[in-house]
Amino acid sequence: MDLGFTTAAYVVAAILFILSLGGLSGQESAKRAVWYGIVGMALAVFATLIGPGSGLWFFSIILIAGGGIIGYMLASRVEMTQMPELVAGMHALVGLAAVFVGFIADFEMGNVALAKEAGTAKELTGFAALIAKKSAIELSILRVELFLGVFIGSITFTGSVIAYGKLSGKVTSAATKLPGGHALNAGAALISILCLIWYLQSGSLLPVVIMTLMAFFIGFHLIMGIGGADMPVVVSMLNSYSGWAAAAIGFSLGNDLLIVVGALVGSSGAILSYIMCKAMNRSFVSVILGGFGGTVGPAMEVEGEQIAIDADGVAAALNDADSVIIIPGYGMAVAQAQQAVSELTKRLRGQGKEVRFAIHPVAGRLPGHMNVLLAEAKVPYDIVLEMDEINEDFPSTDVAIVIGSNDIVNPAAQDDPNSPIAGMPVLECWKSKQVFVSKRGQGTGYSGIENPLFFKENTRMFYGDAKESLNKLLSLIN
Amino acid sequence: MKIGTPKEVFDGEARVAMTPDSALQLQKLGYDCAIESGAGSLAGFSDKAYSDAGVEIKKTAAALWKDVDVVAKVREPDDGEMKRLTADHTLISFFNPAGNDKGLKAAAKKGASVVAMEMVPRISRAQKMDALSSMANIAGYRAVIEAGNNFGRFFTGQVTAAGKVPPAKVLIVGAGVAGLAAIGTSTSLGAITYAFDVRPEVAEQVESMGAEFVYLDFKEKQKDGAETGGYAAVSSPEFRDAQLAKFRELAPEIDIVITTALIPNREAPKLWLKDMVKAMKPGSVIVDLAAPAGGNVEGTVQDEKVVSDNGVTIVGYTDFASRMAAQASSLYSTNIRHMMSDLTPEKDGNLVHNMEDDVIRGATVTFNKEVTFPPPPPKVQAIAVKTQEKPKELTPEEIRTQEAEAFQAQTKQQVILLATGALVTLGLGLIAPVSFMQHFIVFVLSVFIGFQVIWNVSHSLHTPLMAVTNAISSIIILGALMQIGSGSFLVIILAALSVFMAGINIFGGFLVTRRMLAMFQKS
Repeated sequence: MDLGFTTAAYVVAAILFILSLGGLSGQESAKRAVWYGIVGMALAVFATLIGPGSGLWFFSIILIAGGGIIGYMLASRVEMTQMPELVAGMHALVGLAAVFVGFIADFEMGNVALAKEAGTAKELTGFAALIAKKSAIELSILRVELFLGVFIGSITFTGSVIAYGKLSGKVTSAATKLPGGHALNAGAALISILCLIWYLQSGSLLPVVIMTLMAFFIGFHLIMGIGGADMPVVVSMLNSYSGWAAAAIGFSLGNDLLIVVGALVGSSGAILSYIMCKAMNRSFVSVILGGFGGTVGPAMEVEGEQIAIDADGVAAALNDADSVIIIPGYGMAVAQAQQAVSELTKRLRGQGKEVRFAIHPVAGRLPGHMNVLLAEAKVPYDIVLEMDEINEDFPSTDVAIVIGSNDIVNPAAQDDPNSPIAGMPVLECWKSKQVFVSKRGQGTGYSGIENPLFFKENTRMFYGDAKESLNKLLSLIN
Repeated sequence: MKIGTPKEVFDGEARVAMTPDSALQLQKLGYDCAIESGAGSLAGFSDKAYSDAGVEIKKTAAALWKDVDVVAKVREPDDGEMKRLTADHTLISFFNPAGNDKGLKAAAKKGASVVAMEMVPRISRAQKMDALSSMANIAGYRAVIEAGNNFGRFFTGQVTAAGKVPPAKVLIVGAGVAGLAAIGTSTSLGAITYAFDVRPEVAEQVESMGAEFVYLDFKEKQKDGAETGGYAAVSSPEFRDAQLAKFRELAPEIDIVITTALIPNREAPKLWLKDMVKAMKPGSVIVDLAAPAGGNVEGTVQDEKVVSDNGVTIVGYTDFASRMAAQASSLYSTNIRHMMSDLTPEKDGNLVHNMEDDVIRGATVTFNKEVTFPPPPPKVQAIAVKTQEKPKELTPEEIRTQEAEAFQAQTKQQVILLATGALVTLGLGLIAPVSFMQHFIVFVLSVFIGFQVIWNVSHSLHTPLMAVTNAISSIIILGALMQIGSGSFLVIILAALSVFMAGINIFGGFLVTRRMLAMFQKS
């Protein structure tokens, strides 16, 4: 087959990918959209396999099938609560693949140069033939593109590995930095730029290797310095990087489909990061630089005391209530309490009560994490609402139940201009008639910020493991 | 240590400071309990009920006072009881410290510690021991019941075969704890209920109880209740005039008035004057809960029920709580029990009188042979210090100008963004070769499409979005596939690894997305 057919297939695949992302605007259309993506991918791979320049197609199919089996097993076994880890792990694979492809391209350039000297350039096929036709400027541009691809790919790789470690609890989720902090990152970036200049002039492999090591370090150190509460931004940022890496490699290979898809994924991740940052009222830079910044003056004194309540009290209030709003957070995922929450919802709805869920954009460790968990537990999605949709309804709500969330329901964000999270949009659950907070014990959340909600007069603390507490509650609600 | 409760000696006092239930709780704190025989009989608790709860029954008050370390009482002790008080005693009781200078001095001289229940600070931590509130709650309820008892009509309006009955109109003056309790009782009996308070911020509470708040047409910055420890402040003469004018206007149509305006340790303000009583219909009832401090109503006689010349009944009882002795005792004994648990941090039956604690310090009126009344102002403010200013309502024009400004700002931002983007692209076009620009156009357009498409993705589908973008970013597999056949062994190895990893990603990503999406169900 010639290049024309492959290009045509790429155009179709690109459109299918765009439709696939666009279809995610609604739950029902999303189910169809995934198929667009699958068909697009199959088409693209098929066209490349039969297209010009590819060899060893049988070997490739075996490899794809082998990877596919592993992918299938991973995808069917993973718990929904482990979704953030899985996504981060998969980003690492894309990043590493981008690094490898970049290196290969560099080898090819070396081979082509040798072939040109030997006068056998005409016999070259595929990608090598493409390179052979390029002028000196084009080759330089190619080097820059390739260099960028490897750079971003390397950051994505180590960054995702660390993110995976943090999310799965294998690496401490606290923000840790090496002495020197961001100066180290800046130094590594500077060395990488020097390597680029060196590489452009010499064309040798060594600067690329050095740069790769530097980028590995940046990825590692950057993500180590970001705390657990900022993980939604980190994961979507890495998602974005994996896209940009693919796009950069696309440039160097001259493959438009890679560019299109890379750009789509890159912008998607960028938008997600932006949404997450906005939901926390923080700038992207301050998240990346790690830690909370810009606090002025002491935080407002928290007055009153945390009043505990037992399951009987919560059950009595729930039995009396007409409208209930449940606010889940990462704690619900940790305690694996979503099934119990779903059962509670079912029973309360069975009694004719209005039960709804309020989801903050940064609840959990991944954008949309809570929605997926609730969906897994068979909570209907039309009672799961976003912050903006439900915030006005709290004053007319009888009971709000906060399960394992903290900062996203912190009234200090509105009341206390000195709070580290001042200005962050929060769920105004304290406006409901009664608030129950299911929490493991006294103490602050990931961000370490005191939460005045727990001290409010209409708040009762329902201490204990979320799953056990809810199961106790279930036995009291008929 | 042992805690004991004598029979109340005040004439007609039916309450008791310890119930069998509270005794059980006190024993859990490590105390032994004792009670004078017959102390609970008027409140409906027999000696047998006490002894079943493990309480020791003492035959006489003298024996009880001699044997116990802590005495829990309701009314302030009379002279006879003061004589029994010794240095080893801790007395927990209402004590009226502001009007009982003699008692304070006597207790201090003897060296007894006295905790006055009316001095418990009004902060949220101390609510559980706020006996004034729990008694006021009962008084408010009982006031409505007393009024109903003396009112010859229904509270609720009815249309019956025997004729139409108009609903009673009830005015509650003062929306403190007693006032709110009265509002709740009155509305639930079906009366049309109005309520007035000098603190406009309680209007919301009043309305939440189902009553209508009577607003005054008066502009003056009211003091926040917080500055006065949760009580209403004394109002200015002008304000008082406006208030009385309003009452005068309301008086002819009101059937029942319940006044609860009482600031501790001050004489009750006169709010319902003679002419207002005169203006009311015959058969109307006034219940004056401020009677112990002189009454809010002109014509109130303390502890008595009087009928005015025009047939308006004025009830001036001061023992509303005692008239509901069983309920009052159980609430009061719970207040005492909470006070004891704060005084017993280790729960080992040993009383620790920690004068550093705001609540304990505030309530203690004599300690270590010294009078410790009045207490210093509490460190914790009663109510949130900051009251938020309500955002101003915007006129439609202002909204329109705001929208126009926002639109202009948006346009400006977009134009600047586009101009810079175009300039950068043009600059790039000047130096970059054609083959690069071809790809670059594709890239820019794709980013643009990506931005347009992703904004529409539903918030709840962000996780599936990440999984699916993850799967399609394995498009990098194309690069590896193109290279795998053309080169050395090293190239093949690296390319094979890339293909393999991308393969994992493609299948894993798409499958997990499908799994997630299949879970989203409509109800």
